[in-house]
Amino acid sequence: MLQIEDLHVSYGGIKALKGISIEVGKGEIVSLLGSNGAGKSTTVRAISGLVSIGSGEINFKGIRLKGMSAHKIQKLGLAHVPEGRKIFSNLTVNENLLMGAYNNRDKSDIRSLLELFFRRFPAMDCKREQLAGTLSGGEQQMLAIGRAMMSKPELLVMDEPSLGLAPLVVNDVFNIIEGIRKEGTTVLLIEQNANAALKISDYAFLLENGRILLEGTGVELLNDPRVRAAYLGGAEDKADSDK
Amino acid sequence: MDFSFATQQIIYGLTLGCLYGLLAIGYTMVYGVLRLINFAHGDLLMVSAYVAFFGIIIFSLPWPLAFVGAAVLTAMIGILIDRGAYKPIRKSPRISALITAIGVSFFLENLALVLIGGRPKSFPTPMMFNGSLTLGQLKIPVLSLWVLAVTLVLLIVVVTIIHRTRVGMAMRALSRDIETVSLMGIDENRVISFTFALGSVLAAFGGVMWCMKYPAVEPFMGVIPGLKAFVAAVLGGIGNVTGAAIGGLILGLAEVLIVAIEPDWSGYRDAIAFCIMIVILLTRPTGIMGENLPD
Repeated sequence: MLQIEDLHVSYGGIKALKGISIEVGKGEIVSLLGSNGAGKSTTVRAISGLVSIGSGEINFKGIRLKGMSAHKIQKLGLAHVPEGRKIFSNLTVNENLLMGAYNNRDKSDIRSLLELFFRRFPAMDCKREQLAGTLSGGEQQMLAIGRAMMSKPELLVMDEPSLGLAPLVVNDVFNIIEGIRKEGTTVLLIEQNANAALKISDYAFLLENGRILLEGTGVELLNDPRVRAAYLGGAEDKADSDK
Repeated sequence: MDFSFATQQIIYGLTLGCLYGLLAIGYTMVYGVLRLINFAHGDLLMVSAYVAFFGIIIFSLPWPLAFVGAAVLTAMIGILIDRGAYKPIRKSPRISALITAIGVSFFLENLALVLIGGRPKSFPTPMMFNGSLTLGQLKIPVLSLWVLAVTLVLLIVVVTIIHRTRVGMAMRALSRDIETVSLMGIDENRVISFTFALGSVLAAFGGVMWCMKYPAVEPFMGVIPGLKAFVAAVLGGIGNVTGAAIGGLILGLAEVLIVAIEPDWSGYRDAIAFCIMIVILLTRPTGIMGENLPD
């Protein structure tokens, strides 16, 4: 569904990505892991057309994305949940969702998508007309995901959906991601929470300094000592289980 | 000062205030979306005045057609200014855009000076806008009634567009986050163009009515009204459309009433607006209806 080949991106002389290749198959959950500044966000911003591609290729459903503007890429069926949620705080919950379905002219379809969202998140039902800026962090994240799903995307790209959320809410978010995949949407997930991400991923890539350091299935990376040491606080875990 | 004199002055003040308000709405909308003070906005007043003037005088169009033509052409020029001058530097620091706006303003003024010449032209006000109604001791100019009515209708139209339509929703979203709007599959430049067009249409109506009130069309006629409309937008709370209209009315009333009470001050007429601006910036920089933006 999505192929990235030898992608290079620079910001004003600083090389953020130094040639990465990623493939996301239809129906999969693929994770992109790594610490701050590894190039995860740059990768998804390049996919969505928010930063321009230096060299290399990105293909979505066989269509070349290089040089395409962000709004055109979204129309191909690629929705992006940005880092930090970026809900429209001055719009109501309802309006935020409608923004996600902006290019859908079928009113009854929009209505059923809205109802689907409020069935999935019943707690939001009484907050339809509330300004989105007044929601809690967790609710804002649900709204950001719901807004992206309003466009009925084939590929959902999520940039750090668990960032800054309470542990219980983080669980909800990962459950929702699994639910989205079950309903047939492919997911590309950017996470720092490697443990939780790997548990639900079919395949994962580990980024460091703009390069891919490791790749493998979720289980492979979960058990990789290097991943455990660097991202899962694995050393202590090991010690605990050895007792 | 007796009652009828006061009422009379209030009517004059409101009329002037409406004209400031119409211009101020355009300032405030563009600021709301792009965080840019479009200093060329005042000059659209001049553009629409010339279009209407030439429409009536040279092409002998009936006035309604000339006025509509002025609105359409001014809207197109508004879009062109954005596409030609502001869009290429959208990602540059805000100060670049501000300087560009001042440049566009000088460009339009001097272009008109070169193409048309600096001699003021007398605007052919259609018959139906002349004269006044007499109500006891009050004399209400017909034009004042038109200005009040047109401003009210346009304000309602704009507020309805912003709060009740799809594109209005996109405009509001854009005011917070352009990038995320583009992630929704919305061409942000089309929404920005729409904003410029809407603001320019209001400026065009303002320009035509301004000319009927002060019938001298010249290249620099938009400068002072433009600056005062900017003050009105700041006074009302920049970014807020209703605030801009209210700011315009307050400014118009203040200007007319202060001169009415103290005729000796008529020479300082233009200074009043800027004194208000200084006071507002010192005491309440967000204006009357402005909100604190997390910037």
